[in-house]
Amino acid sequence: MSRFKKKKGGGTPAISTASLPDIVFMLLFFFMVTTVMRETTLLVENTLPQATEVKKIEDKSLCSYIYVGAPVAGMKSKFGTEPRIQLNDAFRLSSDVQEFVAAKRESTSEEKIPQLITCIKADVDAKMGLISDIKQELRKAKAFKINYATYERVE
Amino acid sequence: MSRRSLPEINAGSMADIAFLLLIFFLVTTTMDVDTGLVRKLPAMPEEEEILDDSQIKARNIYVVLVNAKDQLLVEEELMDISQLREGTKAFLDNWGKDPNLSDNPQKAIVSLQNDRGTSYEMYVSVQNELSAAYRELRDREAQKKFGVNYMELKGDNKKEIRKMFPEKISEAEPKNVGGN
Repeated sequence: MSRFKKKKGGGTPAISTASLPDIVFMLLFFFMVTTVMRETTLLVENTLPQATEVKKIEDKSLCSYIYVGAPVAGMKSKFGTEPRIQLNDAFRLSSDVQEFVAAKRESTSEEKIPQLITCIKADVDAKMGLISDIKQELRKAKAFKINYATYERVE
Repeated sequence: MSRRSLPEINAGSMADIAFLLLIFFLVTTTMDVDTGLVRKLPAMPEEEEILDDSQIKARNIYVVLVNAKDQLLVEEELMDISQLREGTKAFLDNWGKDPNLSDNPQKAIVSLQNDRGTSYEMYVSVQNELSAAYRELRDREAQKKFGVNYMELKGDNKKEIRKMFPEKISEAEPKNVGGN
């Protein structure tokens, strides 16, 4: 009997933290796999409009992003307040869109080229004139699949 | 217990290192899914090729105009955006009854034209309402025939419904009336 008492009297044993690294690693791998690094720094204000009839883009790697909007606060003195086009990391003109699409095609494997899609991420305050210019350039570049990026609104 | 030749490395700080990495990835990760309205642009017209739209009867074209002040002119009447969906549905789903609306959905074309000064927000809402009209009609037809919504249909059934209500949204070149 005294042997039993001795065992119980030790108080609650400390919880082993030996498996803590395993749990953390598990989380770590999850985030490492799901993460998509931001490729570009946004130079424009980008509040997307809302829509209900949206479709999800399955493969982001097939997307080339065209950002449209007024330059962000720090850029206003240099680039003005009118909405502008951002391709990759710089402000560009609509005439550069063709080159941009061609560069994306170049870096994509041949069988995936027909699936390429151009994502227009335009600010709500952008005017259609600029968007139309982009659309015309895309038509010239034969990049017909486009996607107007919007947030999903639930009715 | 015999003495080991090598002392065990203390793995207690491994968790800390892992946490550090974890927090880095937590911060850099963007979980947002890209969603949007998918459209297909028409090919550039060949030089000196004039689009012959005289063959399409006027009743089969639903003209939607958006001006620089984000006002809608639908079939030569002012309309609020909230009515556009119902209006489009009535136009498509007419089956020859009203002589001003379409003969049938296969022939019906929605013609959208905007000004260069139209805001992008308005343009997207108009596109959205037009898609919604088509989607609701397709859903209704799919429910009637197969008992499920259009998006849940597969293969030939989906094609059948799509053939019934083909999404024909034509966009004219934008005009510059309202100025920028």
